[in-house]
Amino acid sequence: MTRSIRRLSVVLALLLIALLVNVTIIQVYRSDDYRARADNQRVLLEEYGRERGPILVGADPVARSVETAGTLRYLRVYPEGEKYASVTGFYSIVYGATGLERTENDVLSGSSDLFFVDRLQQLIAGRQPRGGAVTTTIDARAQNAAWRGLQGTRGAVLAIEPSTGRILAQVQAPSFDPNILSSHDPAAIRDYYESLLDDSAQPLINRPIVALNPPGSTFKIVTAAAALASGRFTPDSVLPGPAEYDLPLSTRTLRNWTGEECGPDEQVTLIEALAQSCNTAFAWLGNELGADALREQAEAFGFDTAFTTPLRASTSRFPDSPDAPQTALSAIGQFDVRATAMQMAMVTAGIGNNGVVMEPYLVQEIRGPDLAILRTSAPREFQQAMTSEDAADLVQMMVAVVDRGTAGVLRGITTPDGQVVSVGAKTGTAQTGRDGAPVAWMVALAPATNPQIAVAVAVEDGGDNEVSGNAIAGPIARAVIEAALR
Amino acid sequence: MKHPTRRNFELLLLVMAWGLGVLGTVQVGWATGEGLHPRLWITAAVVGVLALIAHVIVRWRVPYADPLLLPLATLLTILGLVMIYRLDVAAAQRAERVGAVPPTPDVYNQLTWYAVGVTLFVLVLLALRDHRILQRYTYTAGLIGIILLILPLAPVIGTTVNGATLWVRVGGLTFQPAELAKITLTIFFAGYLVVNRDSLALVRTRFLGIEFPRPRDLGPILVVWLVSLAVLIFERDLGTSLLFFGLFVSMLYIATQRRSWFVLAGALFAVGAVFAYLAFGHVRVRVQVWLDPFAYADTGGFQIVQSLYGLANGGLLGTGLGGGYPSLVPFANTDFVVAALGEELGLTGLIAILLLYAVLVERGLRTAVAVRDPFGQLLAAGLSITLAIQVFVIVGGVTRLIPLTGLTTPFLSYGGSSLVANWIIIALLLVISHRARRPAQEQPDEASMPTQVVSR
Repeated sequence: MTRSIRRLSVVLALLLIALLVNVTIIQVYRSDDYRARADNQRVLLEEYGRERGPILVGADPVARSVETAGTLRYLRVYPEGEKYASVTGFYSIVYGATGLERTENDVLSGSSDLFFVDRLQQLIAGRQPRGGAVTTTIDARAQNAAWRGLQGTRGAVLAIEPSTGRILAQVQAPSFDPNILSSHDPAAIRDYYESLLDDSAQPLINRPIVALNPPGSTFKIVTAAAALASGRFTPDSVLPGPAEYDLPLSTRTLRNWTGEECGPDEQVTLIEALAQSCNTAFAWLGNELGADALREQAEAFGFDTAFTTPLRASTSRFPDSPDAPQTALSAIGQFDVRATAMQMAMVTAGIGNNGVVMEPYLVQEIRGPDLAILRTSAPREFQQAMTSEDAADLVQMMVAVVDRGTAGVLRGITTPDGQVVSVGAKTGTAQTGRDGAPVAWMVALAPATNPQIAVAVAVEDGGDNEVSGNAIAGPIARAVIEAALR
Repeated sequence: MKHPTRRNFELLLLVMAWGLGVLGTVQVGWATGEGLHPRLWITAAVVGVLALIAHVIVRWRVPYADPLLLPLATLLTILGLVMIYRLDVAAAQRAERVGAVPPTPDVYNQLTWYAVGVTLFVLVLLALRDHRILQRYTYTAGLIGIILLILPLAPVIGTTVNGATLWVRVGGLTFQPAELAKITLTIFFAGYLVVNRDSLALVRTRFLGIEFPRPRDLGPILVVWLVSLAVLIFERDLGTSLLFFGLFVSMLYIATQRRSWFVLAGALFAVGAVFAYLAFGHVRVRVQVWLDPFAYADTGGFQIVQSLYGLANGGLLGTGLGGGYPSLVPFANTDFVVAALGEELGLTGLIAILLLYAVLVERGLRTAVAVRDPFGQLLAAGLSITLAIQVFVIVGGVTRLIPLTGLTTPFLSYGGSSLVANWIIIALLLVISHRARRPAQEQPDEASMPTQVVSR
């Protein structure tokens, strides 16, 4: 019987091999497929079973995890809700994550390589990793002011610290409540998300960094920068400023928003042309400089470059090969020029920072689960967009826009100790070419020397003339500046 | 000449198994945030004393027995206890989160059953000096086996759980008589086949190049086949049914060395399988779920899908004890304990556990080869094969290699009958092993035989 027992043990060995091969297939080769299946709760449970780190503004969380009694152990809550939605994004079991929740996921979830030592300990202990904290660059006061100012409008605010590129405020309106999208109730999440998709105001668009609008007259500061850079113009150069400008090679004419000429004898200095937002003078200037010079200047400020803050911003554009009339229109920020609020804030900040454009960033610090600082963001220079002399001239021109030009709403801003702050700015009202209302813009820089803040405000349902930049976007810019300087 | 007994080696392995259990328990507490279990040292002491008692009795009664059998069984039992404790923690934490009353922990019941198992283990070693005595009770064992098998069908005490009528309830205690039946039926098969193997091995007809037995010798296999079908039909227990049929056919083959029995058995199995598939909805569902579990992920396939997800979550190295979600799989501490272990210990741990079983079965079969009397050979082989079939059927089912059938995982699963029965099996194997490995000078009755039979 020994022989048959030996033979049978061979059969049993084959059965064992079948088991071993099978579990190897399941646990190694197919494990990713199984983990990726939609009905696999473990992936969710694992993600929601660990305490996700907070997103902080200063010392206060704008997103944090709280323990619940449900099967998904941790719930993501956003104490400030809609106000910071543009920054935090949401963290949804149905729609995944957006905003910093998405880009900083490996830090927040604790899986980042920065936590190597922590993870080693967790591996040995078999513990769930805890998440690290992300501190943003946002200034809570500026954010509050921007949020209040945008109420009831459809628009965006983005403010930058010119010397570093830190984003001080990033607000969209209308916004959405990330608390609902991050709840544990799939039906409620879907209902709310569908309603957001159906909303014609498109609250899910991250307007400050994604929405591309024609920058209108605010683009004149780019044209002015190109003019100064050409060496052919100074702030006091005299330009033709008729009431109407005949667009070259076409029968169309371009009018000033006032309908009048910009100065006596249809003559106007560059500084006055900017202060009064003289369309005809800048259209003429655009053709004098040429499309290539304009594009070069625009690109030096960041147009045609994709920025991630780490949120992915849309690329602002200057048209590829405009003909003469198109160049004239482009010079005043119309035709196919498109910019995000962030891009116009970068232009403004670069002018204020002696011509040096800094890369905008939103994450100040990464902290470990024990709140020890693991990484601090260092400011990074994007490009020297203009010489510091030209930049100083352009700042003075922008101050003229406030002091005696179209941005009068920014006059008389004072510091807490009562000193009047010199502010540089530029207004804009852009025809969108679509059926919608024009976009009211305001870009501003304060204080004019050693600026602490550059802000761009874009209100999409703005009024219909140049005054609207001042009247609609201006007060919001003023509130943000006052909050930031306090 | 002093023959080595290898008992100190056994003791060393037992200490290591005990140490693994303590480490595992500490790990569970650490990883789940529960901290050290307040009764850890009492529990560890109880387990240690039980293992020590078993060892001392082995040292005294069967000193030459195989030194691996006891440590392997002990280690598997301890791994089971650790996983049952870990699932207790999961259940308690869930209850705490939803504010429910925490369920009674299972681990103390299992520990009690372990104590009962060791008690019966000791009783077998004390009462049974020589396994050949059992041959005298061949037909008694067979009768007891049949009675045990049909006991769950008896009125009042028979109990149906989850569709299978497998349990007997007396007072507050429930018991699965089939677990004990597998021992007595193995004794019966061994005794019966020893006597009848010559006639069963006789060749009458040749067909397709294979030699088939005489038709009148087909009686026994047909009877066992019908009994297996009856278990399937009346108790709705596919696993037990498969186990008995497979066990008998394997022993028949060992006794007669005729491969034709496998061909016959395969044909009978095919007929039975087709019949069961056509006649019983629950069998049909099992097969459909096996073919495409994801199509039934919310109904009949839920368990197996969760089991696969758990195994996938474990991956190569596992989540670590206490780090996974084994409680998402229904019946994680009984039928699906292998899925729970695979999730938390990973492929590495699961392969290690399967190899523990492989070594256990191999030592049992080695005992069968080494022992000289045919009854002992058949008994040792049969007992080893029951373990092997059980592991293959349940692990294969949980990992979707074969359709899922309810069988306990020897030593690991939560459940008293299974644990106690498997400890009795280990005791019987030790008795046989002792006789096989005993040096010749201690065998006055067989002193004339050469001593080279001790194979290592």
